Amino acid sequence: MGEIIVVTSGKGGVGKTTTTANIGTALASEGLSIILIDTDIGLRNLDVVMGLENRIVYDIVDVTNGNCRLKQALIKDKRFENLYLLPAAQTKDKTAVSPDEMEDLCRELKDDYDYIIIDCPAGIEQGFYNAIAGADQAIVITTPEVSAVRDADRIIGLLESSDLRNPKLIINRFRPRMVRQGDMMDIEDIVDILAVDLLGVVQEDDRIIVSTNRGEPAVMNLISPAGEAYRRIARRIRGEEVPLMNLEESYGIMNKLRRLMGLC
Amino acid sequence: MLLEYINRVLGKAASSSRIHARERLRLVLVHDRANMSPYFMNQLKEDLNNVIARYMVIDFDKFEIVLDQSDKVVELKTSVPIKKIRRDYMDRVKKSS
Repeated sequence: MGEIIVVTSGKGGVGKTTTTANIGTALASEGLSIILIDTDIGLRNLDVVMGLENRIVYDIVDVTNGNCRLKQALIKDKRFENLYLLPAAQTKDKTAVSPDEMEDLCRELKDDYDYIIIDCPAGIEQGFYNAIAGADQAIVITTPEVSAVRDADRIIGLLESSDLRNPKLIINRFRPRMVRQGDMMDIEDIVDILAVDLLGVVQEDDRIIVSTNRGEPAVMNLISPAGEAYRRIARRIRGEEVPLMNLEESYGIMNKLRRLMGLC
Repeated sequence: MLLEYINRVLGKAASSSRIHARERLRLVLVHDRANMSPYFMNQLKEDLNNVIARYMVIDFDKFEIVLDQSDKVVELKTSVPIKKIRRDYMDRVKKSS
C-alpha cells in the first residue's frame, strides 16, 4: 500500500515543482516505485523540470475524461524505470478535474506504487482542493520571506480543516550567510511561528537553475548542496532519522578573512 | 549607509531586518488567524458562558463576543449582560475546582 503525499505552498515560485521532482527522483534512486502527478492544469512544468516534456502523449485530463487508460498516460523517467510522471493538461483549466476524480485516480495507483507525489498548483482555489483530495499527507514549502511564510500559514490552516493534519514543513532557498548577517529569518523563527514539524531545509543553490535548464533533478548532482538536502529529505520521508545538513560552511572570501582576523 | 556597510563587513548584524521580518509576520498572522470561523466563535462563546455561569447568571441571548482588529493589536471584546450574581458562587467554585 503506497503513500500519497501532496506538495503545496500557497505562494507561487517557492519551489513546489522542484521539490516534487527531487524528492521523487531521490526516492526512486533508492529502488522505490514512484509516481509524480502534476496537478497544475494549464501551467504544467513538472515535465520540463524532469526533462520529459518530449514524451507526453496523454495527460491527466485524458485519463479523467476516459480518452485513455491511466497506465497509458504514465511517462517513464529517463533515469529510473521505477519512476513515472502523470503530466497535467496544458490547454485546459483547473476545473477540468474534480476532487472525486482525483481521489479515484489516487486510489487506483495506491496499491501498485510506494509513493505518489502530487505537485499542487499555487493558490487556494479549485486546483488546490483537487490536488489535496486524495492525499494522505502534506508537505508545505516556504522560503524565509514574510510573504511566503504568511501564505504557508494559511495553507496549513486549510489543510487542517480538510483533515490533512500535521503537515510537514520544508524551508527552501535558505541563505545561511544572510541569517548570520541578521537579514533573514532563521529556521527556528519560521518553525516557531508556523508550529509544524520540520522535514528539511534546502539552501539556495545556483545549481538548481542549471539542473532545470538541463531537465535533470539536482539530486542527480552529487556536489549540489540542494541535491544533498533533498536526498536527506527523501530519507526522512521513509522514516529514517537524518540530521539537518551543516549549513555553516565557509561563505566566501570575506568570511574566511574575518575568521582569520578573529572577528567571529 | 557607510556604517552599515562597515558593520556588515565586520559581521555585526547592524540592520537586522530579520527581527523586523519576524515581528511583522507575527502580527500579520495574528490578524490572519483572527478570522475565526463562526463555528469557533460560537464554541468560544459557549465555553466562556460555562465558566461565567459558575459565578453569575447571564443573558446568553445578549451575550456578545467580537474580535476587534486595530493596526497593532487584535482584541477579544465581550459584552456580558448579567441577570444575577449567585449568592452561593463561593461554594460552586470550590466544588468545581
